[in-house]
Amino acid sequence: MRRFTWFNATSLTLGFAFLYMPMVILVIYSFNESKLVTVWAGFSTKWYGELMQNQAFLDAAWVTLKVGVAASTLATVLGTMAALVLVRAGRFPGRTLFSGMIYAPLVMPEVITGLSLLLLFISLGVDRGVFTIILAHTTFAMCYVSVVVSSRLVTFDQSLEEAALDLGCSAFTAFRLVTLPIIAPAVVSGWLLAFTLSLDDLVIASFTAGPSATTLPIKIFSAVRLGVSPEINALCTLMIAIVAIGVIGTSIGTKRAALRQKRDEQAAARATG
Amino acid sequence: MRKFALVSVPYFWLLILFLVPFLIVLKISLSDTALAIPPYTPTLDLAEGWAGIKAFFAGLDFENFTFLTEDPLYWKAYFSSLQIATISTTLALLVGFPIAYGMAQAPDEWRTTLMMLVILPFWTSFLIRVYAWIGILSTEGFLNQFLIWIGVIDTPLIIMNTKIAVYIGIVYTYLPFMILPIYAALEKLDNSLLEAAEDLGCTRTRAFWLLTVPLSRPGIIAGCFLVFIPALGEFVIPSLLGGSETLMIGKILWEEFFNNRDWPVASAVAVVLLAILIIPIILFQRNEQKQREAGK
Repeated sequence: MRRFTWFNATSLTLGFAFLYMPMVILVIYSFNESKLVTVWAGFSTKWYGELMQNQAFLDAAWVTLKVGVAASTLATVLGTMAALVLVRAGRFPGRTLFSGMIYAPLVMPEVITGLSLLLLFISLGVDRGVFTIILAHTTFAMCYVSVVVSSRLVTFDQSLEEAALDLGCSAFTAFRLVTLPIIAPAVVSGWLLAFTLSLDDLVIASFTAGPSATTLPIKIFSAVRLGVSPEINALCTLMIAIVAIGVIGTSIGTKRAALRQKRDEQAAARATG
Repeated sequence: MRKFALVSVPYFWLLILFLVPFLIVLKISLSDTALAIPPYTPTLDLAEGWAGIKAFFAGLDFENFTFLTEDPLYWKAYFSSLQIATISTTLALLVGFPIAYGMAQAPDEWRTTLMMLVILPFWTSFLIRVYAWIGILSTEGFLNQFLIWIGVIDTPLIIMNTKIAVYIGIVYTYLPFMILPIYAALEKLDNSLLEAAEDLGCTRTRAFWLLTVPLSRPGIIAGCFLVFIPALGEFVIPSLLGGSETLMIGKILWEEFFNNRDWPVASAVAVVLLAILIIPIILFQRNEQKQREAGK
C-alpha cells in the first residue's frame, strides 16, 4: 500500500518546478523582441535570424558536431571492447590497473583531466586542434560507454554465443550475429551518452583545443562571461530542442523495439510449443 | 591471441591518454617554473642517456608544494571548496530527498514519466543550465523582479556573484545525482514494515525516522558522494555564478594555468586536489561494494 499525500504532491510539484523553471524562462525569453533579456517587449524570432547570420557560432557548431560524431563513434568502439574485457576476459596481467583506469576518469575533476592531456600533447609536440579534442573526448567518453555496455553484458547469457561457435561461426561472426544485436540497445545509449558528453564539454575542450579550434561550449562560455544576451538564449533553446527531440525519439524507438522483440519471442514460443 | 588484441587496444589507449598524462602532471608539479616553452625545467632528455635521467631526477623538488602551503590564497581556496561542496551537498539532500520520497510514493503508472523527468535535464547541456540562472539571480533578474512585485522586498537582493549563487547552481545541476540513488533505495522499501510499525503504535513521523531513513541510508550516502565529489573540483559554476570573490580550487587551477602560465604550480594544485578527493572516492567505493554484497 502506498500513501501519496499532499506533502508528496507538493514536494514533487516544487521539485520539478525548480528543475524546469530556469529552462522554461530561458526558452520564453529567446522569443523576446527586446535586447534587454529581463524585460518582455513582445514576441519575435529575430534573434534566431541573427544567430543564423553569426558565422562564428555556425563555425563553432560545425566543429562541435564533427568532434562529437568522431569522438562518440571511437568511444563506442573502444568502450564496447573495454566492456568485453571487463566482463569476459577473466584474469590477465594488469587487470586491476585496467579497471582502475576505466573508473577513475568518471570521478576525475575535469580541470585535472584537461590539464594532464594538454601537458601530454605539448610534451609530445602534437599541434592542438580538432584532432586533439577528439582524442580527449574519446578517452573520457569511452569509460562511460564501457560502464553502460558492461552492465548489459553481465546479464547476457554467454551460452548463446558458445552455441554459435559450436555451429561453426568464427568468433567475430558470432559476436556480430549473436552478441551485438542483444547488447545493441546499450551500445546505442552508450553512443548517445558519449555524444552528449562531447557536445557538453567546456573544460576539457578548452584545455585541448588550442587557438585554432573553437567548439560551441567554448564560444558560449566566452560570450556568457560578458553577460546574458538574447542571441545566446536562442542558441540554448535550439540545443535544448535538439536534445529533447533526440531523447524522446530514442526512448520511443527502444520501447517499440522491446515490444517487437516480445512479439517475436511469443511467436517463437507458439511455433515451438 | 585474439584476447590479446581485444585487451591491448583499450588498454594502451588508456595508458597513453590517461595514465601517462597524469604522471606528466606529477612530474611537472615537482619541476621549477621557467620562462621558456614549455615553461618548466627540467625536461627529460633521453638523448643524453643515463646522465640525462640523472639530471632529470636531480632537478625535481617539492618547492611548488611548499609554495602552496605558504601562500594563503591556496589554503583559502581548498578550504572554501570543501565548505562550498559540503554545504551544497547538504542542501541537495534536503531538496532531493522529499522529491525522491514523493516519487517512491507516487502511483505506479506515473513512475516512468517521473524518472524520465528527472533524467531529462541530464541530457541538456550543463553550461546552458548554469547560464539559465544568470538571468534569474542577477540584480535586475527574474527572482528580484518577482519578489519586489509580490512586495516581499523593496530593494533587490544581491545573490549573483556570491557563494549563495554557487550553492544554487551546484544544487540545481547535480540534483538528479542525489534523487536517483535515494529513489532507488526508497523504491525497494517494503511498505508492510511501515504498516507493522504503525500497528504497533508508532506515529508516522517516528516510523519515518526509525524505518524509512535508516533503510534508505545507502542511497543517501551514494547521492551525497555523487554530488560532493564533482562539486569539489567544479569550475564552470563558480566562474559563471560566483564572481571574483568566490574561491574554488578548480578556478584557481584554471587561472594559474591560463592567466599566470605557471604550469608547475597548476600541476601541484591538481595533485593536491586529487589527494583530497581520494578519501571521498574510496569511501564511496566501499559504500557501493557493501551494497553489491548486500544485494547478492
